[in-house]
Formats: sequence, C-alpha cells, structure tokens
Amino acid sequence: MYDRKKTKTIQKRGKQWERDRLLPLLSRSPERRRRFSTVSDEEISLLYTPADLEGFDFLKKVGFPGTYPYTRGVHPSMYRGRLWTMRQFSGFGSAEDTNARYHYLLGQGQTGLSVAFHFPTLMGYDSDHPRARGEVGMCGVAVDSLRDMEILFHKIPLDRITSSMTINAPAAILLAMYIAVAEQQGVSSRDIGGTIQNDILKEYIAQHSWIFPPDPSMRIITDILAFCSDHVPKWNTISISGYHIREAGSTAVQELAFTIADGIAYVQAGIDAGIPVDTFAPRLSFFFNAHMDFFEEIAKYRAARRMWAGIMRDRFRAKDENSWKMRFHTQTAGVTLTAQQPVNNVVRVALQGLMAVLGGTQSLHTNSMDETLALPTEQAVTIALRTQQIIAEESGVANSIDPLGGSFLLETLTDEMEEKASAYVRKIDGMGGMVEAVKRGYPQKEIIDASYHYQRLIEKGEKKIVGVNCYQGDEELPIPLLKIDKEVERKQIARTREVRRKRHARRVASRIDALKDASLSKTNLMPVILDAVREYVTLGEICDAFRETMGTHTDPAMY
Amino acid sequence: MASALAKKKREAKPGKGARKIRVLVGKPGLDGHDRGAKIIARALRDAGFEVIYTGLHQTPEMIVNTAVQEDVDAIGLSILSGAHNHLFPKVVELLRKKKMGNVVVFGGGIIPDDDISGLRKKGVDRIFTPGTTLSEIVDYVNKRVRPRA
Repeated sequence: MYDRKKTKTIQKRGKQWERDRLLPLLSRSPERRRRFSTVSDEEISLLYTPADLEGFDFLKKVGFPGTYPYTRGVHPSMYRGRLWTMRQFSGFGSAEDTNARYHYLLGQGQTGLSVAFHFPTLMGYDSDHPRARGEVGMCGVAVDSLRDMEILFHKIPLDRITSSMTINAPAAILLAMYIAVAEQQGVSSRDIGGTIQNDILKEYIAQHSWIFPPDPSMRIITDILAFCSDHVPKWNTISISGYHIREAGSTAVQELAFTIADGIAYVQAGIDAGIPVDTFAPRLSFFFNAHMDFFEEIAKYRAARRMWAGIMRDRFRAKDENSWKMRFHTQTAGVTLTAQQPVNNVVRVALQGLMAVLGGTQSLHTNSMDETLALPTEQAVTIALRTQQIIAEESGVANSIDPLGGSFLLETLTDEMEEKASAYVRKIDGMGGMVEAVKRGYPQKEIIDASYHYQRLIEKGEKKIVGVNCYQGDEELPIPLLKIDKEVERKQIARTREVRRKRHARRVASRIDALKDASLSKTNLMPVILDAVREYVTLGEICDAFRETMGTHTDPAMY
Repeated sequence: MASALAKKKREAKPGKGARKIRVLVGKPGLDGHDRGAKIIARALRDAGFEVIYTGLHQTPEMIVNTAVQEDVDAIGLSILSGAHNHLFPKVVELLRKKKMGNVVVFGGGIIPDDDISGLRKKGVDRIFTPGTTLSEIVDYVNKRVRPRA
C-alpha cells in the first residue's frame, strides 16, 4: 500500500515504539493472556501496520467492486443499489403450518423464502416409513409428494418470490416438484428463481444427509446442471456450502478451503460431463457461516471471492465474468448460540449478521435466540429478522462498499486466509480432488480434530463463552418454545396415503420403471423425475427406485 | 432403573483384572449432527473407557443389536432432530426385551427441559443438555457405570 521507502520508515518507527513504549509498559503490567488468537485459534498480533503489507498491490488484490478479483464485492454498487436478501430458513410441522409462517414472514418485510425440510424428506423417506417415526415435522416441514408442495407454496407467486431449498440427496426431486407447482400457477420454468443446496460433497464431509454413494450422487448433480442450463436458467443449481462444515467444528480456514475444493469438484464434473463451463458456472452460488470472530470471518468472505475468481478465470478458463463472481448466502452460526441465558443470543446474532454484511453477502439468515432449544417461535424469528433490518436501515454500514477494506489488520488476515486455504486446496488436488479426498475421509478427519481441539480450549477456559464458562447466571429466565403437535405426524401419514390411493396406479408404476431405466442409462434424470412427480409418485418411492439401482452410502463412523 | 444385579456390581470394587467399561455412543434417528457424539466418544476414549461408536442414522433396533454384540455397559445417545421422545424410550424398551435392562442409558442433544422428566421416567438415566463439559460426562460414567459381567 505504501512504497518501499515509506514501509522501511514505518518498520523502523514500529520497532522504536515497541522498545520505548510497549515493552516497558508490558514489564509493569503484562497482557491479559500469553497468546491472543481467533476462534479458530490462529494467532493475532497486537498491532498491524503498513509494514505487514509490504509490496501489497491494491489493484491486483483488492481493486474495485464488481471487477476482478471481486475482493470488495460482486456488484459495482453493492448495498446502495439493493440490500441483501433477507431470507429466514423456515419450516416446521405440516405444509399448512409452514405456508402460514411464510405468509407471515413476507408480511414482515422478508424478501425471499428458504425452506427447511424435515429429516425424512432430507433422507428420502416418506412420512409413513418406519424410519420416519418421531421425526415428522419436527425439524422442518414434511414433504412427501407434489400435494404437500402445492400446499407449501399456496398463494405464493413463484414468478416474483425466489425460494431457497435446503435439500441435497433428493434435490432433483424437490426441484421437479417446485417446477410442477410453478406450472400449475401458469409460471414457466424459465421464469422461476431460487436455489437448491444440492451440495452432496459437504454432506459426506459434514452435514451427513446422504442417500447414494459419491459417484452416482455426482451424476445426479451434473444432470441437474445440464437440465437447468437449458430449462431453468435463473435457478442457482448448487449452493456450495461451508456452513455445515463449520458447524461440524472446522476452523474458518478449513471452511473456506473445503468449500472451494468442493466447488472445484463440481465445476470439473460439469466440464467432464461435456457442459461448457460458462453455461453452468454463473449459476453456482455459495453459502458460508458467520461465526463469532469478527475480523476472521470478514477476511474469510473477502478471501473466498478472490480465490474463486482466480480459480474460475485461470484454472477453468471461464470467459464469462459471471462465472468468476462468487455470490453467497450467509447464516449466523447455530453452534455459537447458548442454551444458557438464551436472550444473549440476540447479541451474538447481531454481531454475526454485521460480519456477513461487512463481508458483502448477497443474502442472510439470522438465527433466532431460541434455536438451541427448539425451532423458533414467531416472536423469536421476528427479532432475528428485525436484527437484519436494523443493520440495514439504522447502522449506516450499508452506505459504503467494503468499509473495512484497506484496514492493515483485515488485509493481512485476508491474505493469510487465502494462503492457508490455498495450501489445503493444493493438498486435496494432490489426492485427486475432493471426491477422492472424501472417500478417504480426509476432510472428515480434519474437522473432528479441529472440533475436539476447540472443545478442549473451552474446557481449559482458554476460549470463553459468556454464560457457559464465564459469567454464569444463577437463574435462567425461561423463554417460550415452539412445540410441534403430535397430530402432525398422523395427519401427514393420512394425507400421503390418500395421495397414493387417488393416483393412476398404472401410470405410477410405469413412471417408477422409467426412473430405474434412466438411472441405469446415461439419460438425463431430470425430465424423468419431473414426469414422475406430476403423477404424484412420492419422494420416498423415487428414492427407493434409485436406492435399488444406485446403492446407498453408510457412515464410516470415524471419531 | 438399574436392576439389582447392576447395583451389586456397582457397589463391588472392580478388582485388578476387571475389564474396562464399555460404552456405546449411538446416533439414533435421521439427523446428521454428530459433532457432539464424536467429541464425547473421543473424550470417553481418552478417559480410558472402551468406546464403540455406531455412526449415524441408526434405528433403535440397530443400536440395541450392536449393544448386545459388543456387550456394552452403557449407551450414550445423541439426537438433535427432536425425535428423542420417541427414540430414546424405544432403545430402553428393546434393551429390556433383550434382558439387558441393566445397561445404563444416557443421552443428550437439543432436548427441552420439559421433556427430561418424561424421558427419565421411561428409563433414561440422565440427560445432558447443551453446555455440559466433557469432564462432567466422564465423571458421570465413572461414578454411575460398572462392568456388567
């Protein structure tokens, strides 16, 4: 940032200051700790100056928003043009319950939807499957057939509202159901917008909602990439997710590195499947965590954009600038919320939301204070949404782009983040890429080690959590919690059985045969799945057909 | 909930030749949140117990079958999806059917306070809630669990 001569002078003055001012002070009153480090346990210096950025090339590393390498953001006007999308992840109970919550949230100024499915849907079981007992509607909304999806999006105009769906192994099926609901509303698949998470690699690594083994799973993904390039051009086909990697206990560097390595694997798979890179790469999006360490997180977002731009331009030779831009969603870190003194979580979430915005996120979910205890109540989710609105409308941080850019600390951390994450990416490349690394359990093992290390730091008191290992209160103020009615399970099972009774049995059977045939050939699976969901073939039936032809994945149970 | 046999074992000091306490860490249900289970498995192993981890997505039947095969003394169950009220008691019930009612069953996860007494009544010995330290869990297993045979 400064010329060599100036930097030398600053270095010299810095040493002088250390000798004359700092060290004498520290000898009288030492620092609070022997070592200061981020939440990921990366050491942080007492002070950063231009001397830390010797030779720093502003135009090459930072530049201008909306231009390569996008360190400052993907749009030239960022939040002055349009605020980030406020998108609260939501789903519980029946499709009717969740539809009512969506209408409520949209009424409160939320600008996009984000669907949380219950575990049976995520794992490819219908609600009447024995493995679904006790789980129906508990952790998200129950969707078994197109009928549930019709109710879920009742009176929500799919040409105007975009929806993000956290769905991975069965992503193709939920996307097909969404397209079918849009058709019923008279909306073409060309006009719908939204996201499916569809990031199976991080499922093996961290979130663990998988069904099929890695290779057939990658094939489903490339089928989706090809289909959407032709028929659903505004859809974000994969949300390459670091969020769950971090929640599983990784460090910030690992979150970034494994996410980028996953992205590389998807782009390579698309290219290998014969899809030109610039037809699908602009529709890839990302999803990061906003954890507790303020500057480490902001550095992570900035480094992420810069790394991805370089990889897409130089490694994959993408020509379209939109292929270089990393657009991402952020969610505040669920793991940082405490069951102790839960109201304090509002403050944690406000800080985390602020980090995401200072890091240039395109959309944001802020967690509700009660989420270590249950799914959020309407009151809790409203406070979480208001938190974003206060950041947007009152704090002034959205007025200027990348307001912390140029900070000696932040630029140093951004460089370090990029260097360390790139080293991991090279290591994974050396193993033959992320699909191979996952089969070996490499990222899984790194995460277990990091999470155990962090837990030990907390137990030794080296990392502090208010209300947990310091400032514990005597009495907890109870907060109201959302309870899922037991009737949800019974009613959902009844509905799915009714759907099955009313279908055209012969057409259903032929659709299921077609699914199996297609999965054994090279035919794109998406049109076949779409035909099946239109006939109300259920999610469980489609997954069963594929389980038969593709096999299943089981947990290697490492710890 | 422990049988008379388990109580007797507990009172008896383990002799020199006593085998290590065997703990099964289990993940019933469909949720994939295994950070806690894995950390606890590792902490129990580091504390000197013999630990068997089931891996994810287990049915109560699968967990109990493993418990029988591995002849465990205790089972720690972790669940974060909200299905604990169904799945935890099911494990206890199946253990009793297999005449292994003296296996100590404990659990943790996202479990509202209101659900804890119901789970205890159904035979879950102890529920650990978020924020519990590893040493609390290790101490609990040390005090509460003895080798069954």
